[in-house]
Amino acid sequence: MTTAPAGTVTQAVPLRLRERIRHWLDSEPVLAYLFMSPGWLILLLFMSYPFFLGIWISLTDRTVGLPSGEFVGFRNYAELLRDRTFHLTVMNTFIYGFVTVPFKLVLGLLLALLLNQAFPMRNVLRAALLLPWIVPTALSSLAWLMLYDAVLSPFSWLLKNWGLIESNIAFLGTRTNAIISLCIANIWRGTPFFAVAILAGLQAVPQELHEAAAIEGANRVQRFLAVTLPVIKGILVITTLFSIIWTFADFQLVYVLTKGGPANSTHIFGTYAWQIGIGGAGKLGIGAAISLYMFPVLAVLSAILLRYVRSQEA
Amino acid sequence: MAQVIYDHVTKRFDGVIAVNDLTLEVKDGEFLVLVGPSGCGKTTALRCLAGLEEVTSGDIIIGDRVVTHIPPKDRDIAMVFQNYALYPHMTVYENMAFGLKLRKMPKQEIDRRVKEVAEMLGIQDLLNRKPRQLSGGQRQRVALGRAIVREPQVFLMDEPLSNLDAKLRVQTRGELIKLQRRLGVTTIYVTHDQVEAMTMGHRIAVMNQGVLQQLDTPENLYDHPANLFVATFIGSPAMNIFPARVVTGEGTVRLVAGDVTLEAPAEHRGRLAEYANREVLVGIRPEDLIVQPGQVSEDRQLRLPVEIVEPLGSETLVHLRGPAGALIAKADPHLHFSPGELASVRVKIEHMHAFDPQTELALF
Ligand SMILES: Nc1ncnc2c1ncn2[C@@H]1O[C@H](COP(=O)(O)OP(=O)(O)O)[C@@H](O)[C@H]1O
Ligand SMILES: [Mg+2]
Repeated sequence: MTTAPAGTVTQAVPLRLRERIRHWLDSEPVLAYLFMSPGWLILLLFMSYPFFLGIWISLTDRTVGLPSGEFVGFRNYAELLRDRTFHLTVMNTFIYGFVTVPFKLVLGLLLALLLNQAFPMRNVLRAALLLPWIVPTALSSLAWLMLYDAVLSPFSWLLKNWGLIESNIAFLGTRTNAIISLCIANIWRGTPFFAVAILAGLQAVPQELHEAAAIEGANRVQRFLAVTLPVIKGILVITTLFSIIWTFADFQLVYVLTKGGPANSTHIFGTYAWQIGIGGAGKLGIGAAISLYMFPVLAVLSAILLRYVRSQEA
Repeated sequence: MAQVIYDHVTKRFDGVIAVNDLTLEVKDGEFLVLVGPSGCGKTTALRCLAGLEEVTSGDIIIGDRVVTHIPPKDRDIAMVFQNYALYPHMTVYENMAFGLKLRKMPKQEIDRRVKEVAEMLGIQDLLNRKPRQLSGGQRQRVALGRAIVREPQVFLMDEPLSNLDAKLRVQTRGELIKLQRRLGVTTIYVTHDQVEAMTMGHRIAVMNQGVLQQLDTPENLYDHPANLFVATFIGSPAMNIFPARVVTGEGTVRLVAGDVTLEAPAEHRGRLAEYANREVLVGIRPEDLIVQPGQVSEDRQLRLPVEIVEPLGSETLVHLRGPAGALIAKADPHLHFSPGELASVRVKIEHMHAFDPQTELALF
């Protein structure tokens, strides 16, 4: 490559540069980073920037009316630790996130097992199953709002008709009732995701394995445990973790149904952050801090999730 | 150990009759091969016996029990699947022990049996591996081992060698034969490969389109095929078939096809005479055509042009232009044939077959 005759030295320089670039592009690590760069850029622009901006805001006393706030260190975080409503919010979020998921998991599994059987109109039912998940939550939440209405609730009407209760139930009227009502609506919305994901897993179980186990003497339950469960285990873990994360970070359902009420007793992180940061007081700094308190929990859950996915790949 | 009886078993899938009125008796300890082309209903017949398919009509008997409506687990059978169907998350040991655990066998007894069978199959070093860490041949052994440890009355095997490469298949074939003779367990073995069928079975059941064509020993299937289908299915390359007119003369019966005339074997003259002046289908196996290049002495009966020469090493297949399409002959690999030249052909008349052109049943 460097054997150019003496007279052509001036041309040799750009030639060699091009050669070097080509050589450089032949190297796999360089190419790998090159191909990854668009992804990195998008991540930086749309995920990291807002995230770090959020952290910055949480360290200032910025408000909606006064966008250029002063740096206040961890004052916002400290203030929240003394805030009774925030304590309730943390508790509510954990209840909301961890109590609903087992129900969604079990109901989703049962539904999936049912829909994996052969019966007429199965495909129609499979499609219908997805509805709660497809319908925009804002819309379905409005439907639930009506179902939970203090005066017009059809649940109350039915139960009264059957003589089971005397007067209407205040579904959203007390903290306990409201949280139970929220959880039920959340379970309704989240179950299809489990069912569909698990159904996909069930269909990946080879029929031959069931037959082999049946010949060897396994009954239905034993076959489920020995053949089906190991195949869908990964899906169960992943959907569960996803569901916890999503439920933790929920906003719409609670916002539409209770707006955090009564008396700010049913807030979750999302709604409380919104109320403090934008809705009521407009204290952007504290709002951001509320959101960021969620970060460690979500980070741990995500780490578990990622580790699990990686271990399955190996 | 037990006998197995299919008693007029029919299995119909909406529209398709997969197994049509199958009646078949498998003797205690016998290695019976079900053979036939793809889609002829072999697997379905086996699955009916296993209880994985409900029969449409007829009865199935294992030992002295009618098991027609008994679930698979109570039929005391073990099945080796074509794709082995090993439990992917269980180790080899657990795969083999699974059925025994379900039967609540004591742990030591399970351990003893699994290790004994693993030793027998040469997989004792693989017991802690998962199926995905095994080669095809090893998986096949594990599947076999899983069937053997249960000590069932009947083994069912559905093309268990078809996923192995050619060399391993031949080797495993031999081992499987030895194993079955040693264990003496009644075995029903499904394959589409007639070589496997011929080498492995005590008896062979040939099926076509759901119908049992013939049930016989390998020798009899080869020497006395019951009909045209069996005649052409068994043997490779397939038996040459061509139509010929039966011409009777004073004390002779001749078969005339184009400019080829064959003297019928003396013992079959009577049978052929019934077809005087009509056509029959003549069948001659490639190995029953003695072929030599060029023109040889007088007792050669035919002289036919060579069309294609296929040297296979151990033998050479010579395609001759026969009276109706090609005639294939197996020739000594050391002889040299050239396309376009004439070859001398002697027919081993005593091994000739003839079939009724309508019923396709064998005349002899
Ligand atoms: N579950 C089924 N539903 C409908 N048709 C089937 C089913 N199983 C097999 N068949 C049909 O039955 C016939 C025999 O199939 P099979 O027993 O698998 O043949 P083989 O094992 O000899 O190749 C085929 O025509 C096949 O299409
Ligand atoms: Mg088959």
